[in-house]
Amino acid sequence: MHRIKKFLFKNGPLLATILIFFIVYAIGGQLYPAMRKPQVFFNLFINNASLLIISIGMTLVVIMKGIDLSVGAMIALTSVASAALLQQNFPPLLVILMMTLMGILFGLTMGAITHYLKVEAFVVTLMGQFFARGMAYVINRSSITITDDFYKFLALTKIHVPFFENAYVYITSLVAIVLLVVTFIILVFTRFGRTVYAIGNNEQSALLMGLPVARTKLIVYAFSGFCSALAGIVFSISLTSGFGGYALSMEMDAIASVVIGGTALTGGVGNVFGTLFGVLINGIIVTILQFNGTLTSWWTRIGVGILTLIFIGIQSLFYVRKKHT
Amino acid sequence: MAANNHEILRIENISKSFPGVQALQNVNFCLKKGEIHALVGENGAGKSTLIKVMTGVEKPDQGRMLYDGVEMKIKSPQHANNIGISTVYQEVNLCTNLSVAENILLGREPRQFGGKINWKAMNTRAKEIMLGLDVDIDVKAPLATFSTAIQQITAIARALEISSTKVLILDEPTSSLDVRESDLIFQCMRKLRETGVGIIFITHFINQIYEVSDRITVLRNGKLVGTYDTENLPTISLIQKMIGRSLAEYEDMEKAKQDPDKQQVLIETNNLGRSGTVQPTDLTLKTGEVVGMAGLLGSGRTGVAKLIFGVEEPDTGDIRVDNQPVDKHSPHESLLRGIALCPEDRKESGILGDLTIRENIILAMQARMGWFKYLNKKQQYEIAQKYIDMLNISTPSSDQLVKNLSGGNQQKVILARWLATHPKLLILDEPTRGIDVGTKAEIQKLVISLANEGMSCMFISSELEEVMRTSNRIVVMRDQEKVTELPGDTTEHNIMQAIAGAD
Repeated sequence: MHRIKKFLFKNGPLLATILIFFIVYAIGGQLYPAMRKPQVFFNLFINNASLLIISIGMTLVVIMKGIDLSVGAMIALTSVASAALLQQNFPPLLVILMMTLMGILFGLTMGAITHYLKVEAFVVTLMGQFFARGMAYVINRSSITITDDFYKFLALTKIHVPFFENAYVYITSLVAIVLLVVTFIILVFTRFGRTVYAIGNNEQSALLMGLPVARTKLIVYAFSGFCSALAGIVFSISLTSGFGGYALSMEMDAIASVVIGGTALTGGVGNVFGTLFGVLINGIIVTILQFNGTLTSWWTRIGVGILTLIFIGIQSLFYVRKKHT
Repeated sequence: MAANNHEILRIENISKSFPGVQALQNVNFCLKKGEIHALVGENGAGKSTLIKVMTGVEKPDQGRMLYDGVEMKIKSPQHANNIGISTVYQEVNLCTNLSVAENILLGREPRQFGGKINWKAMNTRAKEIMLGLDVDIDVKAPLATFSTAIQQITAIARALEISSTKVLILDEPTSSLDVRESDLIFQCMRKLRETGVGIIFITHFINQIYEVSDRITVLRNGKLVGTYDTENLPTISLIQKMIGRSLAEYEDMEKAKQDPDKQQVLIETNNLGRSGTVQPTDLTLKTGEVVGMAGLLGSGRTGVAKLIFGVEEPDTGDIRVDNQPVDKHSPHESLLRGIALCPEDRKESGILGDLTIRENIILAMQARMGWFKYLNKKQQYEIAQKYIDMLNISTPSSDQLVKNLSGGNQQKVILARWLATHPKLLILDEPTRGIDVGTKAEIQKLVISLANEGMSCMFISSELEEVMRTSNRIVVMRDQEKVTELPGDTTEHNIMQAIAGAD
C-alpha cells in the first residue's frame, strides 16, 4: 500500500496527463462514435510524427533548464532545402544525411553560443529561429513539390499494426516511436542522461561534481537540432513538398506538449513518455474539432492553452508538497 | 624529488585578485601525504579563494603549483577531480532532484555492456557506502527529501568514492552538523589519513581543529601568516594569529542590563504551534532582553522564528504583539509591527548578490516605509555608510556588489538591512554560522548593545557558548517542543542535559 502511494506520488503529474488523455478521448468517443475506430488512435501518430520528434528533443533541452525556439523554423528550412536539393536531382539518401548534419551543426552552434558566450538560450535560439525561417524563404519564396520516388515510397508505405485489422501507420510514425524509446533509454540509463537532469537542477553543482557540463549542453542542443531536422524530413515526406511557411510557431506546441507531459520549465524534472502524452492530447483535441467540423481549428489553441496552465498548476502543487515532506 | 616525495601538493607564491579585492598575495602552502591540515583564517582571509585555485575554479594571476612533485596547471574542477583532488564545499553542491545513490556515484556509476547504468548495482553500492558511514537511509530517494546533515554526508561520500583521491578538501563540512554527525566525519577523516590521503580541513570551530588536525596553516587578509604543528600551537596564539589581535572582545563583554521596572512584554505566544514543525509553545519576550534559543538541528528553533515572523501560519494558538492580538500572519505585517528576521541560510533567503551593499541595506527599510516614499540617493548613501561603519563591513565602497564580499561580510550586510528598519524585535537565526571569531564577537556585542537601548532580540544558535554569552534567558528546544527555560547564567552542563533530555 505504501509503495503504491509512493509510486502515485512520484509519478503524479505523468499519471494525471495520461488520465486526461483518456478522458478527452472517451468524451470524443461519446460525442462521435466514428472516433472509436482504432485507426483514429493510430492517426494521432501519423499526423503528429513531426511534433512528437521535436518535442522529444525539446524535452531534453527543457529538463536541462534550457529552451529551443528554433525547431519550428528548422522544420521549414529542412523541408525547403531538401525539396530544392531533390529538385536538382540529388540522391534522396544523401539529402537526408545532409539535412541531419545541418540540424546537428545548427544545434551545436546555438549550444556553443549559449554555453561559451553565456547568452540566454531564449535569445540565441530565437535568433536561430529568425535565421532558419529567413533562410528558408531565401532558398525559395514559394512551395516546392517533391517528386522523388524514394520520398513518395516513404510517404505512402503503410505499416500494418499487429492485432488491429486494417489499422496502419507510416514509416515516419515508426521513426518517431523508435526515437522516443531510444531517448527514454538514454535519459534513464546513461551517464549522459543523468547529467542532463543534474545540470537542470543546478548547473554549478553539476560542474563541481566533476560532470562534463559543457559537453552535455552542446550535445543536448545538437540533439534538439538533429530532432528538428529529422522532423523537417518527416514533414516534407508527409506533405511531399517544402515551404518556408511550414510549421509556424510549432516550437510553442512542442513546449506546451513538454510541459503538459510533466516536464518542469524550472529544470531537472521530466521524462519523454509524459511528452508523448502531451503530444497525443494536442492531437486528440485537433481530432475532436475535425470530427465536429463546425468549430474553428483555433479552439485547439484555446484548449491546449488552458490545459497547459492547469498542468503548470498541478506541477507546482506537487513540487510545493514534495518540498514540505 | 627524493627529499619531498612525502609532499602531495605544494603551492608557491600564488596571487589572485578580483575587482577591488586582492584575495591572495604570494601565498605558499604545502600538504603532506597522510595528514589532516587545517586551513584557518577570518572571513576574507582568502581560504575559499585558495581552495578555488587548487581545484581549478579560479586561475591564479601568478605563482605555481606542484602536484605529486610535478608542476601542474589545473584547468577545471573536472580536471582536478580526474587527477585526484576532490572537494566538499561549504554549501552542499549536489543535485537535489537526483537520488542519493546518483549523487554519490554519478560519473563513476557501475555500467553494463553498452554503457547502460546498472541501477541495481549502483543502489547496492551506494547503500554500502552510506552504511560504512553509519547512515542507514533509502538511497533511492531524491536528495531533496533529506536534511542538510545527510546531504553533507552524501557530499563527503561522493568525494570519498573517488578511489584515486590523494587530496581531499573539506570546506567547512561540519558547519551544519551536530556533534555526533561531526564525529562521524572525523572518523572518516582519520581512516583516510591512515591510507595516505592528504586532507585539507577548513573550519571555524577551533575545538575541531585541535580534535583532528596535524598541522595548521593560518591566512590573514590574503596573506600567509604561517604553518604550524597543531600540538605546538596553543589556542590563544592560534586566535591571535588569525585575527592579529588578542581576544579582548570576549573579555569585556557583559550581558544586556535588565531593569524589570522599565521592561514591558513585547511578544507573548500562547499555545503557538504548527503541525509538523512546532508543538504548541508558550513564549514571552520583553523589551531590552536577549532570549537565546538552544537545541539541535531540526529541534524546532527555526520553526518558532518562522511562526513569530509570519513566514508560516500557525494552526494552533495565538501571538500578541504589544498586547495586540495578531490576526494577519505575513512577513510584511510583521515588519510593520517592528519584527525582523535575519534568516538562517543567507545564500538562499536573504542576500541579493547582484545588488550593491547600499541597495541590499535599503531594501527592507524601503519596504517598511512603502514604495512611494522614495529615499533619495544621498540619504541612501548616508544610511549605508552608517551601517558599514557600525558593523565594520570591509569594502572599498557601498557601491560594491554584495557577491564580491566574503561570507561574513555578507552576513553583516543582511544584519544591517534589518537593523535599518529599527525593529523592536530582531530574530537572528544562526547569525554567526560560517563566520570568523572576530566577527562573531562583534555581532554578539552589537546584539547586546542594541538590547541595552531597548530592542528585544531572539538569538538562535547551535553554539552554546555564544548563546550563553549573550542571552538573559535561554529557551531549550527538543523534538519540536520547548522543553525548558533556563536563566542566562546557567551552566553549559544544564543546557546540554536539557537538550539531551536526561534528568
